[in-house]
Amino acid sequence: MSEQSLLCVGGVTKCYGDRIGCRDVSFELWPGEVLAVVGESGSGKTTLLNCISTRMMPTTGTVEYRMRDGSMRNLFEMGEAERRFLMRTDWGFVHQDPADGLRMTVSAGANVGERLMAVGDRHYGRIRQTATDWLGRVEIDEDRIDDQPRAFSGGMRQRLQIARNLVTGPRLVFMDEPTGGLDVSVQARLLDLVRGLVNDLGLAAIVVTHDLAVARLLSHHMMVMKDGQVIEHGLTDRVLDDPHEPYTQLLVSSILQV
Amino acid sequence: MKHQQDLATYNFAYLDEQTKRMIRRAILKAIAIPGYQVPFASREMPMPYGWGTGGVQVTASVLGPDDTLKVIDQGADDTTNAVSIRAFFQKVANVAVTTQTGKATIIQTRHRIPEEPLSENQVLVYQVPIPEPLRFLEPRETETRKMHALEEYGLMHVKLYEDIARNGHIATTYAYPVKVMGRYVMDPSPTPKFDNPKMHQCAALQLFGAGREKRIYAIPPYTQVVSLDFEDHPFEVQAFDEPCALCAASGVYLDEVVLDDRGGRMFVCSDTDFCEKRRESGHVGAMSGQSGETVQ
Repeated sequence: MSEQSLLCVGGVTKCYGDRIGCRDVSFELWPGEVLAVVGESGSGKTTLLNCISTRMMPTTGTVEYRMRDGSMRNLFEMGEAERRFLMRTDWGFVHQDPADGLRMTVSAGANVGERLMAVGDRHYGRIRQTATDWLGRVEIDEDRIDDQPRAFSGGMRQRLQIARNLVTGPRLVFMDEPTGGLDVSVQARLLDLVRGLVNDLGLAAIVVTHDLAVARLLSHHMMVMKDGQVIEHGLTDRVLDDPHEPYTQLLVSSILQV
Repeated sequence: MKHQQDLATYNFAYLDEQTKRMIRRAILKAIAIPGYQVPFASREMPMPYGWGTGGVQVTASVLGPDDTLKVIDQGADDTTNAVSIRAFFQKVANVAVTTQTGKATIIQTRHRIPEEPLSENQVLVYQVPIPEPLRFLEPRETETRKMHALEEYGLMHVKLYEDIARNGHIATTYAYPVKVMGRYVMDPSPTPKFDNPKMHQCAALQLFGAGREKRIYAIPPYTQVVSLDFEDHPFEVQAFDEPCALCAASGVYLDEVVLDDRGGRMFVCSDTDFCEKRRESGHVGAMSGQSGETVQ
């Protein structure tokens, strides 16, 4: 891992009126590191993810990101044009429901190619070749390139969404329950795929999940959230095998052992 | 001004002066920012939406008593829309009307740009049904405005990509998106893409009015207008196998006319004024004898 952190989150708090979404969350993320955020629903995981990824403005706090030129920039002081450019080139966002992250009415190839066209690629043959390569990498048959995602199964849609996000070679990917709504064997394949891609590409990722198995398989570090606050933060195997907080112990012990 | 009495119930050119001022302000803004869609308070006109309410309001606002008006519908001067809008302005503004492109100072058009090159003292007014080129890809108005503001036009190429993926070539034949002065992507209204090159560095002022969608946009004279394309699938206009059957013109946009139920058909100029002029000056097409006219 490199010497400098990629993302630095400082004291992020989000209030919805009187209610608190997440409170005073601070952490650093390093290049190539996968961080899992776990907790039960309503614990503020998704709020936190949305704040960090600038999809939502936090009430207080800063999020700094290391740009490709090496400078550290506060995301909320950037212009909107620059922030949106960052979001579609250097970042990826994988939604729980692929319909939110894909254009359901255009073909798989165009879905993957959209980001390339957005950054100025104007050569049809090259775009299509890149799209074909990426479909192969996420195990979608090449002959499905002109089909719309509507004709895809849930697992295929999720893999397509991942390809669409990774095509511009991002350095940071946000994932919101990437395996939610998929059956167990499809989940396993998807996790295997994501783990491979993250390793190959050296991606940093923040994965929000309520599934501790996902956290164990994918992540290096994990944060446990409860009522909007981070109650435990450490190496994934340490947190899962030796949970300190009573709530984390409860979470770990509630996994069904088959 | 013997028609003065008949006009007593209407202000000149139907709209009241305050409305015309408001529309003129929108037009000036549109000219200042070529290709940018300026919102305006579109009025109810005595015709249904989709029949050119936007174009009529723009024409009414730029029309003066000394102007000569020509109205085109699908290239023709004698179809319902063209005839009724021309009659409308004759009645409410008492202006001179013509069917000849060269004599007109204001040309309101639906779906075509005249074949004859336009000059600096002419204004071309387009009737626009859907002004937003990104609409069918991005339904949210807030989002499309942001995309225009931040110049995020990747999505427009997604549409062209889809065309090639499905048809092997860019199959969009009308409302073909253009980029104006290297900045705003614009829908040239449902004109055939055949007419897109005519918009580039055009000497006439081009105004676009969308009545239902309440938008006005413009291309000032001598402005760069580039049709979007891919490096390996460059923009091309339609080509026709045969010349006009009436006036033998080639390199013009032709309409297909079905003649019978046994596959008989003819291709004729869509621009009726252009075709008539050519026939008057002695050009003879392959089927011009069959129309019953005596050819000189």
